Amino acid sequence: MNSIITSTARCLRLGSWHYRAAHNNGELLSGWARLMCSEAAQKNLAEIVKKDKVVVFMKGTPAQPMCGFSNAVVQILRMHGVDNYAAYNVLDDQDIRQGIKTFSNWPTIPQVFFNGEFVGGCDIFLQMHQSGDLVEELQKLGIRSALLDQEKESK
Amino acid sequence: MSITPDLIREKLIAGIAAIHVDVEDTSPNRCAASFKVLVVSPQFEGKPLLQRHRMVNNCLAEELKEIHAFEQKTLTPEQWEKLKAQ
Repeated sequence: MNSIITSTARCLRLGSWHYRAAHNNGELLSGWARLMCSEAAQKNLAEIVKKDKVVVFMKGTPAQPMCGFSNAVVQILRMHGVDNYAAYNVLDDQDIRQGIKTFSNWPTIPQVFFNGEFVGGCDIFLQMHQSGDLVEELQKLGIRSALLDQEKESK
Repeated sequence: MSITPDLIREKLIAGIAAIHVDVEDTSPNRCAASFKVLVVSPQFEGKPLLQRHRMVNNCLAEELKEIHAFEQKTLTPEQWEKLKAQ
């Protein structure tokens, strides 16, 4: 748990200038992006979130997150041994960046989807991890959390 | 109109009957508006996390258009009391 906080804090400190650049970029294009956010884009997202069991819209990639909150989600998934998930870098595509916010009616990135259903952002994901709910939700997806095996070993 | 912690607090009290609101301005370099809020409201009772967060989002819909990063913790009065007791 502490390691998530330290690594996230590190990412936030290092990544603060990334915040600014991405934010300015987003605002310049947001008007245009909203026009482009057609039905087709929404339909595309509807398909994307159903294609894989676990789908994450984030800033950066799992190998190189560009935001502390996105990094936190990646780290939590790693702790549970989930490495077979679809990750979409919103910084690469302004259509997706704006479109997904409209699609899930959620204002921020990262966004996590389980079986095509919106789960929440970093806050919710972190709380689910801390409460143990995440292990249960993964189980419903047919994914066995690595933490269950760790528990077994320590007993 | 600039978004201030007080504005956020007032909106949450008026919008979802929050009995306690902590607002932390986490804007790095004060260039990108970022906030972290703790909201305590009886209206959260019986509602799952996602629903609670959506209530807060709806309450601050206008502000969130300008805010870059937003963290929130949503508690019922009972959960708040338990947390304080720790």
